[in-house]
Amino acid sequence: MTMWIWIIVASLAAYVLKLTGYLVPERVLEHPRMARVTWVLTLGLLSALVVMNTFASGTALVADARVAAFVVAVVALVLRAPFLLVVVLGAAAAALTRALGWG
Amino acid sequence: MRALLTSPAVRLGLSVSVATGLYAVSFGALAVAAGLSTLQTCVLSLLMFTGGSQFAFIGTIAGGGAGSTAALAATLLGVRNAVYGVSMSALLRPRGWRRLLFAQVTIDESVAVASSRTDPLEERRGFWTAGLGVFTLWNIFTLVGALLGSAVGDTRAWGLDGAAVAAFLGLLWPRLRSREAGSIAVVCALATALATPFLPVGIPILVAAVVAVAWALWGPGEPRGNRPLRPTSSEVAAR
Repeated sequence: MTMWIWIIVASLAAYVLKLTGYLVPERVLEHPRMARVTWVLTLGLLSALVVMNTFASGTALVADARVAAFVVAVVALVLRAPFLLVVVLGAAAAALTRALGWG
Repeated sequence: MRALLTSPAVRLGLSVSVATGLYAVSFGALAVAAGLSTLQTCVLSLLMFTGGSQFAFIGTIAGGGAGSTAALAATLLGVRNAVYGVSMSALLRPRGWRRLLFAQVTIDESVAVASSRTDPLEERRGFWTAGLGVFTLWNIFTLVGALLGSAVGDTRAWGLDGAAVAAFLGLLWPRLRSREAGSIAVVCALATALATPFLPVGIPILVAAVVAVAWALWGPGEPRGNRPLRPTSSEVAAR
């Protein structure tokens, strides 16, 4: 039940943020400092999510089959594979590594 | 109608919609694997409707993070949409209640397609084709993904946690276009890893957010005031 509350709260927040851009005077959000914070924040959060999903197991850091997914995804991205293929290859790498008995 | 079919903005919008819509399959499957119900997964795509935040929400839950932490991480990732709104407000000039509709489809893809055009009519066509196209396909394929995810059962054996790793890397990758971007990614990655053993699950993501803001305000690097915050169409096409 609490999960529903957070889903609605986060969805409302997402909509209010989108709408804010149309309502506030341009100079507030187009301020160079604001644009810079937004750019760095997006990068930082995505990077943190990569680390959490690759290495975190609860509050421990572990190296398991997800590391194989990480490596394969990097190779696929370097080779300019489309997003969906990258995701499928990441899943395949983790599944295969587990099938071989690691992680 | 003929004019619409030959419009470059409409064509670009449609191809971006198909590519983006398809990857909602991975969102749907991962959301169910993270423990959300099919209905909760679909509500996220309908209401939140901004891919990065949706992935952040379920990525936090999947690691065992609290709903409040997930909501905060998702909201922080949605801040960029406010800046997109300013761009689109200046470009398309919606007035009155119409702004409520423009807002919901203001996402990476619609902004990128509109920004890639120069003719006002084409900008508008591009925004709406990509916005409505992604909205429709994103929601259909979220449901498909959620049903697939429910049918799969043991998600670890199918490597769905590896799919999540790849998905976040795929979202991050097109943004790593400068040395500074790479440095920020590495510093925030280290901050997350260092904080993980000492803080409740999910909170290290917020530590990374604080580090990122500190870097933006006081860190090294060029002020980016001259660069409007918009994804380029090649960044979006890279998905």
